[in-house]
Amino acid sequence: MKKVFIEASKCTGCKSCEIACAVEHSMSKDIYKAIFEVPSPPRFNSVLKFDGFIASLRCAHCEDAPCVAICPTSAIYRDPETDLVVYNETKCIGCWQCAMACPFGAIYPDLERKVSRKCDGCNERVKSGRIPACVEACPTNALIYADVATIEEYKREKTISSLSRTTKTYVEVI
Amino acid sequence: MADILKDKERVWNNKAHNFGLIPESNIEMLKKQEKEVKTTSLQRLALQEPQCGFGELGVCCRMCYMGPCRIDVFNGGPRVGVCGATADVIVARNLLRETVGGAAAHAEHAMDIAEVLKEVAEGKISTYSIKDEDKLKAVAKALGVKTDGRDIKEIAKEVAEISLEDFKRLEKEPAVWVKAYAPKSSYEIWEKIGVIPHNAWKPIMNAMHRTSMGNDADPINILLADLQMGLIDGYMGLTMATELSDVLFGTPKPIRSFANLATIKPEYVNIAVHGHNPLLSEKIVEWADKLNEKAKSLGAKGINIVGICCTGNEVLMRHGIPLAGNEFQAELAIVTGALDAMVVDYQCIWPILADVASCYHTKLITTMPFVKIPGAMHLEYSPEKADEVAKQVIETALEAYTRRDPSRVYIPDGAEEIIAGFSVEALLEVLKKINSDDPLKPLIDNIVNGNIFGVVAIVGCPNPKTRRLAFTERMIKGLLKNNVLVIVTGCIAHIAGQAGFLNPNKVDSFEVGNGLKQVLKALGNVAGLNSLPVAIHMGSCVDNSRIGVLLKALSERLGLKVSDLPVVASAPELISEKAISIGTWALALGVTVHVCPPPRVLGGPKVREVLTKELKSITGGEAYVECDPELAVKGILDRIRQKRIALNLPVPEAVVI
Repeated sequence: MKKVFIEASKCTGCKSCEIACAVEHSMSKDIYKAIFEVPSPPRFNSVLKFDGFIASLRCAHCEDAPCVAICPTSAIYRDPETDLVVYNETKCIGCWQCAMACPFGAIYPDLERKVSRKCDGCNERVKSGRIPACVEACPTNALIYADVATIEEYKREKTISSLSRTTKTYVEVI
Repeated sequence: MADILKDKERVWNNKAHNFGLIPESNIEMLKKQEKEVKTTSLQRLALQEPQCGFGELGVCCRMCYMGPCRIDVFNGGPRVGVCGATADVIVARNLLRETVGGAAAHAEHAMDIAEVLKEVAEGKISTYSIKDEDKLKAVAKALGVKTDGRDIKEIAKEVAEISLEDFKRLEKEPAVWVKAYAPKSSYEIWEKIGVIPHNAWKPIMNAMHRTSMGNDADPINILLADLQMGLIDGYMGLTMATELSDVLFGTPKPIRSFANLATIKPEYVNIAVHGHNPLLSEKIVEWADKLNEKAKSLGAKGINIVGICCTGNEVLMRHGIPLAGNEFQAELAIVTGALDAMVVDYQCIWPILADVASCYHTKLITTMPFVKIPGAMHLEYSPEKADEVAKQVIETALEAYTRRDPSRVYIPDGAEEIIAGFSVEALLEVLKKINSDDPLKPLIDNIVNGNIFGVVAIVGCPNPKTRRLAFTERMIKGLLKNNVLVIVTGCIAHIAGQAGFLNPNKVDSFEVGNGLKQVLKALGNVAGLNSLPVAIHMGSCVDNSRIGVLLKALSERLGLKVSDLPVVASAPELISEKAISIGTWALALGVTVHVCPPPRVLGGPKVREVLTKELKSITGGEAYVECDPELAVKGILDRIRQKRIALNLPVPEAVVI
């Protein structure tokens, strides 16, 4: 299953992912029209900065998701086709158990309509063969759409290649 | 390396190859460019998309170092910047700075020409001369300069001095060009709202000052400054540049030529002139003629000058130089492999041209001290060295020609015949043949009786975003069906020419409303043609001033405000800040201005309200944003219909798109 991974060192905090998320979850899917929509389109990711560490945070679509396990009405469930953790607003009773269970703060409550909402992993886009909107919008490729094995392989290779560069320099210096 | 970007590359690739409705001949060239240069404008656009939402909506403020600040246009985020600036303040300031960019460009263009006119009048340079004395006298008369019994150089000197004074005046008197060329009714409105500029420098200085951190925080007050910047653009920019260019190089008359990349000819030494100011391109045309034999001695059939962008329009109108391509196609002209040199002056010169040229034998030559591109050859132009530079440019092209690789040459077919160069003077000349006492009457009569439903000036740039939609072509087609007289300038004129809208023989191949067709044929007959083309070519982008002159004449002849006339302007594919400043001038005049892509003000609700609604009760102008070509046609027709109803003119019932 492919997920959105973050290479935090590449994130500049431009918030393009936030805008792309709102536009994707608007009725029109067009930024120039989305700003006129009532209610305002929701977004399910946040760019945060702590001690110089910037990252774009969203639902991790956990393999063993506590929100899915705890939801008493099965409003939050796993789409068997894409394996993404998605939700059905009409079933939600607003008990916020999912919000309590989520370790990432990935639940975005709609207090007016008293229902939970969250990142749907751009379920519809993914089903039609497209990549999530936030990933497409990321100008520095800090957001990576891949499966966990691929991203780990990428990181291993990246670390090794940077080590080998350091070693070469070290040898040259000597 | 694990291929973590594979999915994203697929997205880029799909977007880069989404040619949409771009003409087939251009697609061939884009594919050739992709193969040989490894970059195309569509690829570069794909890599930028989706573009920054804050930027698109104008709500990013970079005026100080507490920022950059961004306003959240959706719920939940910040509503003001660190200093407290609201979305409206931010978009208004950004809009004013954009308008300054455009107005400064046009003002410097005009000033360059005025300076040359002064030096010619004083006999300081011999490289240029006054080619149109009648026009000089007409300009002098408009500016209040006495002409009777005076030497032509004396008149020219005074005209040039008055023009230059408009840039640097210290006294608080209205700028002469604004007063001379503004329609009376518009001028009265501007006086009332206090936006008449005294000079060009102060409002530009003031605009940069008032938009810097901690100054004007009243969006309405900033928008008034924006209107004033529009006037600087319109009169100390466009109008002065056009009128004085006519004095130096001649007032355009209808002239036949060709458009499209096919005007680049394999058997000739091909030189493209690209940019805006005719000062240099005029000289290139002159020297191409003088050095033609030299090209023949190299085995070529001669020297073929082709025009790109607006300087292309300038030399087209005065010399019939063919239009090779618009700003978007400048790269493609090099990709033909048959272009030996591209000489550029200023504005709309994409830096990528140097990279593209480096893949071929083509020499890219920059000429302006403030427009240099790494990788290009620089031959510095100045008016007194104009002949020398032009000669060097041609010699450089001749040398490059000897290195041309014929196996890499590919030029698409289909040069389209065009007729161009309808200056106001030329139009009046045609109309005078119908009514010599009151030449505007035939035009007015036909608007009144509904043969001409309205007039739409389609101006501006060829944006890759909207080229994929064939925005301009679809709009023109829709307007023609509804008897709208279409005027084109700038790069839109290139698009119109390539699509056949400027071809007088193709009138019957488009669906043109019967009334309009009748008028075009009648006017064509008196002009010695079968018909006028379905779109009227009025020149380069600074020649939008010609439309302003026509509007002044119509409004004063009828005693109506400009905003009463059934006229709409449209910049359907805008790229440049200059389009924003031209549009601002049109709004100040009271014209309805359709525009796409949306100007970067939509994030500010109050500014949006003022530009699209409240302005109507001030200057009469209205900004209209619509990015679907057919809906834009409908919106424009609706607006013209309302103006016709207000004037008690007949209104046709159904609208066909």
